[in-house]
Amino acid sequence: MKKNQILEKVIHGIFLFLGLITVDCVLMITVYLVISGIPAIFEIGPVDFLFGKEWASTAAEPKYGILPFILTSIYGTAGAIVIGVPIGFMTAIYLSKLASPKVKSAMQSAVSLLAGIPSVVYGLVGMLVLVPGIRKIFNVPDGASLLAAVIVLAIMILPSIIKMSITALDAVPKEYEDASLALGATPIETYFKVSVPAAKSGIAAAVVLGVGRAIGEAMAVMMVAGNVPNMPDSLFQSVRFLTTAVSSEMAYSSGLQQQALFSIALVLFLFIMLINAILNFFLKREKE
Amino acid sequence: MSNIISVKDMCLWYGEHQALKNINIEIPKKSITAFIGPSGCGKSTFLKTLNRMNDLIPNVKITGDIRYEDTDIFSPKVDVNHLRKEIGMVFQKPNPFPMSIYDNVAYGPRTHGITNKIQLDEIVEFALRDAAIWNEVKDRLKKNALGLSGGQQQRLCIARALAVQPKMLLMDEPTSALDPISTSRIEELVMELKEKYTIVMVTHNMQQAVRVSDYTAFFLLGELVEFEKTDNIFSQPQDKRTEDYITGRFG
Repeated sequence: MKKNQILEKVIHGIFLFLGLITVDCVLMITVYLVISGIPAIFEIGPVDFLFGKEWASTAAEPKYGILPFILTSIYGTAGAIVIGVPIGFMTAIYLSKLASPKVKSAMQSAVSLLAGIPSVVYGLVGMLVLVPGIRKIFNVPDGASLLAAVIVLAIMILPSIIKMSITALDAVPKEYEDASLALGATPIETYFKVSVPAAKSGIAAAVVLGVGRAIGEAMAVMMVAGNVPNMPDSLFQSVRFLTTAVSSEMAYSSGLQQQALFSIALVLFLFIMLINAILNFFLKREKE
Repeated sequence: MSNIISVKDMCLWYGEHQALKNINIEIPKKSITAFIGPSGCGKSTFLKTLNRMNDLIPNVKITGDIRYEDTDIFSPKVDVNHLRKEIGMVFQKPNPFPMSIYDNVAYGPRTHGITNKIQLDEIVEFALRDAAIWNEVKDRLKKNALGLSGGQQQRLCIARALAVQPKMLLMDEPTSALDPISTSRIEELVMELKEKYTIVMVTHNMQQAVRVSDYTAFFLLGELVEFEKTDNIFSQPQDKRTEDYITGRFG
């Protein structure tokens, strides 16, 4: 009996330890980013750093303004949401409510597959197809642009939006829909006026999840956006995102430049934290 | 008295399984007809055929003739949404939408194109009054309907059905999920409603059929065994099977 109790406690301890590994990682990353990201912000000056329009880290007189990256990340994500959400949302309604079981299962596998494609492949296809396409269609000197990144991101966030919206729409009680149909509403009216409002928290969470994916994506956008630290004045501008700002210079950076890269990572991290908080808010509401 | 529904030789299959066999029935206007019978006898299935809610179930096949006010309800000319507007339905479990009381009742009229606020207000009030719930909810029309009690929710669902001005109401065991007090309120309400509407009610509860209905149809194993005035069927059932059921020998 006593031996059993000791064994229980030991195993309990092992599980706790394993669980804490994840928590520790999050804590350590947070602490590390804060410690290594803050000094450069103060050395450069928080205003110059966050709102400076020029990034020239290797110039003789280096400038560390990351506004171009912040705006590019916000615009790029917003653009991806504007394109991706309507497509993903409509797809989810179709798959959850209208599609036959066969079509639903086939299309859902395709959606899952889309989620499994590595981002470097998205980048590669974007480079080979999208970038030349944009150059030709819009007759611009270089197709590697904010627009190309927006399109790639829009496609990349589709699986998150579709899957999560389907889960929310599938969870709408059938009784609601029956009641609406029995009042003489058409199926389409029923889906938009009853099912979607009933699933709105879940759908909102799907959108926020899409935002999170888009803002955190690095590899694919680095390959198609041109990766030049310009202000994103137009859709055809070659731009650099917060994520790619860190990854493209880290390998050869040193001194204040390297510290500034950590600061960029800290800014990105804060964005992601904010998005997670919003996501949790919606998920909690969905449960209620 | 004239009939609102007349059914001839109607059969219904779920895939290979025949759930209804040669149903013939004439339902009189502005009366209450109760469908009774043991579970799985087909009474709910038949009820849902009358407003074509069975269309939503895959692999359903229906033969025979069902006329609503002399129109074949399966005719391609019939707009099923219009049919469902004319023949409202109240479900077993109260199922108000997760929105305000007002929006619940206004949902149907809005769907059918009424946007005028004054007109909607009138319809909502009239429907809630007809469903005998106006006094309880008039001060909280903007509150979420899910905050109401089960009995209130069911009366709200009746109000929601009345708001599209149907001629007929189908009720699928409307009190089976409710407590006795709520049940008797719904029963009183149903008896008031027959002044204006034709009501068909599925019930598991024979006393309820006796209390509220004018006519009773007894279903067994997909057959309509007997359809008679309620007083007659419970005092002098013609069929041995009806007698056995109402005296509690099975069911």
